[in-house]
Amino acid sequence: MTTQYFGQRIKRNEDPRLLTGGGTFVDDVTLPDLLHAAVLRSPHAHARVRRVDTAGAEALPGVVAVYTHGDLPPSLQEPLPRLIPHPALVHHKTQYALARDKVRHVGEPVAFVVAASRYVAEDALDLIEVEYDPLPAVVTLEQAVRPGAPLVHEDAGTNVCAHYTQRVGNVDEALARAAHVFTERFVIDRGTAAPMECRGVVAQWDPRLRQLVVWDSTQAPIPIRNGLARLLGLAQGGVRVIAPDIGGGFGPKIMMFYPEEVLVPYAAMQLSRPVKWIEDRRENFAAMNHEREQIHDAAIAVDRDGRILAVRTAFLYDSGAYIPYGLTVPIVASTTLPGPYKIPNYHCEFRAVFTNKTIVSPYRGAGRPHGVFVMERLMDRVAAELGIDRVELRRRNLIQPHEFPYDVGLIYQDNAPLIYDSGNYPATLEAALQKISYEHWPQERARYRAQHRHVGLGVACYVEGSGIGPYEGCRVTVEPSGKVYAATSVGTQGQGHFTSFAQIIADALTVRVEDVIVITGDSGAFGWGTGTFASRAAVVAGSAAHLAAQAVREKTLLVAATKLEARPDDLVLEHGRVSVRGAPGKSMTLAEVAVAANPLRGTIPKEWEQPGLEASRYFAPPRGTFPNGVHAAIVEVDIETGMLKILRYVVVHDCGRVINPMILDGQIRGGVAQGLGGTFYEKLVYDESGQLLTQTFMDYLLPTTMEVPEIEVDHLETPSPLNPLGVKGAGEAGVIPVPALMAQALDDALSELGIRITEMPLSPNRLLEMIREARAQAPSPHPGPLPQGEG
Amino acid sequence: MKKRTGVVRRTTKARVVTPRRRNPVRTDAAAPPLVTRKEITVQVNGVAQTAEVEVRMTLVDFIRERLGLTGTHVGCEHGVCGACTILLDGAPVRSCLMFAVQAAGQEIMTVEALGTPDRLHPIQEAFRDHHGLQCGFCTPGFLMTTLAFLRERPSPTADEIRVALAGHLCRCTVYQGIVEAVSDAAARLRAGTPTPAPRARGGARE
Ligand code: FES
Ligand code: FES
Repeated sequence: MTTQYFGQRIKRNEDPRLLTGGGTFVDDVTLPDLLHAAVLRSPHAHARVRRVDTAGAEALPGVVAVYTHGDLPPSLQEPLPRLIPHPALVHHKTQYALARDKVRHVGEPVAFVVAASRYVAEDALDLIEVEYDPLPAVVTLEQAVRPGAPLVHEDAGTNVCAHYTQRVGNVDEALARAAHVFTERFVIDRGTAAPMECRGVVAQWDPRLRQLVVWDSTQAPIPIRNGLARLLGLAQGGVRVIAPDIGGGFGPKIMMFYPEEVLVPYAAMQLSRPVKWIEDRRENFAAMNHEREQIHDAAIAVDRDGRILAVRTAFLYDSGAYIPYGLTVPIVASTTLPGPYKIPNYHCEFRAVFTNKTIVSPYRGAGRPHGVFVMERLMDRVAAELGIDRVELRRRNLIQPHEFPYDVGLIYQDNAPLIYDSGNYPATLEAALQKISYEHWPQERARYRAQHRHVGLGVACYVEGSGIGPYEGCRVTVEPSGKVYAATSVGTQGQGHFTSFAQIIADALTVRVEDVIVITGDSGAFGWGTGTFASRAAVVAGSAAHLAAQAVREKTLLVAATKLEARPDDLVLEHGRVSVRGAPGKSMTLAEVAVAANPLRGTIPKEWEQPGLEASRYFAPPRGTFPNGVHAAIVEVDIETGMLKILRYVVVHDCGRVINPMILDGQIRGGVAQGLGGTFYEKLVYDESGQLLTQTFMDYLLPTTMEVPEIEVDHLETPSPLNPLGVKGAGEAGVIPVPALMAQALDDALSELGIRITEMPLSPNRLLEMIREARAQAPSPHPGPLPQGEG
Repeated sequence: MKKRTGVVRRTTKARVVTPRRRNPVRTDAAAPPLVTRKEITVQVNGVAQTAEVEVRMTLVDFIRERLGLTGTHVGCEHGVCGACTILLDGAPVRSCLMFAVQAAGQEIMTVEALGTPDRLHPIQEAFRDHHGLQCGFCTPGFLMTTLAFLRERPSPTADEIRVALAGHLCRCTVYQGIVEAVSDAAARLRAGTPTPAPRARGGARE
């Protein structure tokens, strides 16, 4: 492979369009005769729905239709599909498109209005009368598992929908004979992805073509198409789902189905008029899936030297009111926890629990931050208790470069064994330490203390599962214009696929990267695939693009060989032109070859197999590939205000071969920003009746330019052996270790006060509360601060 | 949220019937007639636009839906995210917080008037060079604020840039590329990098 573009900081192909207001986001799609929809949502966390009276709404001029559960066809009166079943998930409850007899969280859709404008549709919502019988709500995890707790789903007879255990070795025995065992509880609360673009769906039904076209802000257009075809009784080919430009996804824009994703297409068909629904921000807070809430009771056993003998965690996972997405998040949490360390005995066990809150599904990190938080906090505890430098303790336990592939002994979220494919964990750690000048930290720290400044350093390690199957595909076509078109079904939400895939293809065909036009997320352009999740697009779709481009390259040489009357191995493809080695006059451009490959008359040779310069290829990895990284930061706390200032933040990351360092750094940095938000500013707050109190950006605080620091990023490149490009995923890496890292840095900064962080997210208020409490009491020796001077 | 009603609905213990509320737009004959529609003329990207609008229509909806200028985005509809920022008589404002009728007689500039894909404005060029955007949803708002900011402060420090942009949310980036881009754009403008003439693009008229 010539490597002209691969690995280069190439400016993005999509930017000129996006910078000039030329993007097409779902809300930008407008059609003649368009109707607008609005959703009536439950104001109650838990209530029986006695009666819904829509007469007033229907009478309002401009209202075209009002739907309640009973108005839907039988296929939409059923609970919505289950996305990922699991044998342990015994109560796989999914929501109705519109509530039937009960609402189970604030924001659950109850009625759906279609009107001439969104303004009128919202007027109509006010005219719908709903009679509710409020029921006691289960809001917290601990409440939900208490005997006698109100049941979110009575027919399940319990709020626990799954109980799942994985084991390696014999933890009990190891705990019994270990020199030291430490146990601790860790609590992680809710947050939301808050993409800048809320969700949206536009649907158009063409009765003559019997074609349904749906623009959907989804990360997974193909599964949406397949599901819609089934629910609406159409052929898959009769449904085209387009995920156009998406204003950030981060996980929750993949669901299959959010109610609106079936209601809008259904209404468009039923009314034979296009319908648009755009989620507003307040709806987004209550109606787009949340994440992060878990409570871990964890234990670690080590020998005298701090070598890990066993780790155990038993945790509660809050699924919210339904669990359509299955057990991905808790499985990822429990399988990410071991991280880069050798843990001979491991026991993880979780109970997935229903509560009367918004549904939970993966949000960037998807359980990984939890696993890393628990593991790294345990390591810090061991370091403090045993008086071993925290970094030295980690060094002693790291998996070594010669130990790959390393079988952790667990089953990962893709149902394949959890085997780390490649990596160099000690090198990553040392690189990060060097970057943050760890060896000088004791003096630095002393200097800060002398100035009465509360400054701390943190270092956190992680391994991230990425690039899982089952497969993705790509079709590459050279058109007679010489332009190269590539279509893949993975949607793109800002990750730069229009450029990174173009780089891969441009290299294979020796064309300019801007001459490769990539189409993503349109089932009409490419109809096979699963979606953009689990940091997999570059790995799986990128590899498919590579294979397809290579196939087109071979075909190009084959066709040119016929035309130029030369042997394929005498041909060279350079700068988009095929020439015969040693015969400079004999050459053809790619465009000419494309024309020749699709003749109007005559014959095509058998070995061409098919006309045209086109190939589709699929890539199906055997299992996930595992990037790793280390983040380090220096953080200052103002103990009078609880405010935080990040003085330095460094990332050393190894995600195999790098396609475009600029895009990669953007992914990592953006992840860190979200991690910092989720650590210190963002928290979804429910009151005891299950009301979501944070439904605006005034109460749910996203980081701004004033909160986030510059982030220094370095890369190591340990190629993955599992794909032809040697790449690993990078979309989630930035977010994963941030809570663990910040906890350690805060412990360090506040060590004189004896503060130990065991909960996330924090806030300036919460931190101040902890500081005040700690100052009120004398600093307690246990659980101890990190050793002073040692860092 | 087009209608600005109470933000949090509280539960009560008793059986609740959501009260029937009257549509405020439709009134009884006895009351003086409410003005619900009004004709306005605004200059949009150099083109005069006259239209009759509902008085409750927000300026951003007018720009996007009536004029078809969809480069201005809606991220929150409550004035926090900055995605809807446009220039009104040269000053950056949040078009989700204004009604279209309030803009009558004024001059609006949206991102569509900046550069074209073939000929980016130096600010846009700098955003591209510094990877100041990922999904691009927040970007038009940042660009409009930057345009006004650099007119006022042609040589800003990084800290000043951060303060100037603190009213904009971007969920994809860590703002680092944006801050670098603005600083670079300032340098390009100071160096006299030619800027494309503002495009007269008033959008579609009804
Ligand atoms: S949409 Fe106007 S500030 Fe967010
Ligand atoms: S680039 Fe996506 S929100 Fe800013």
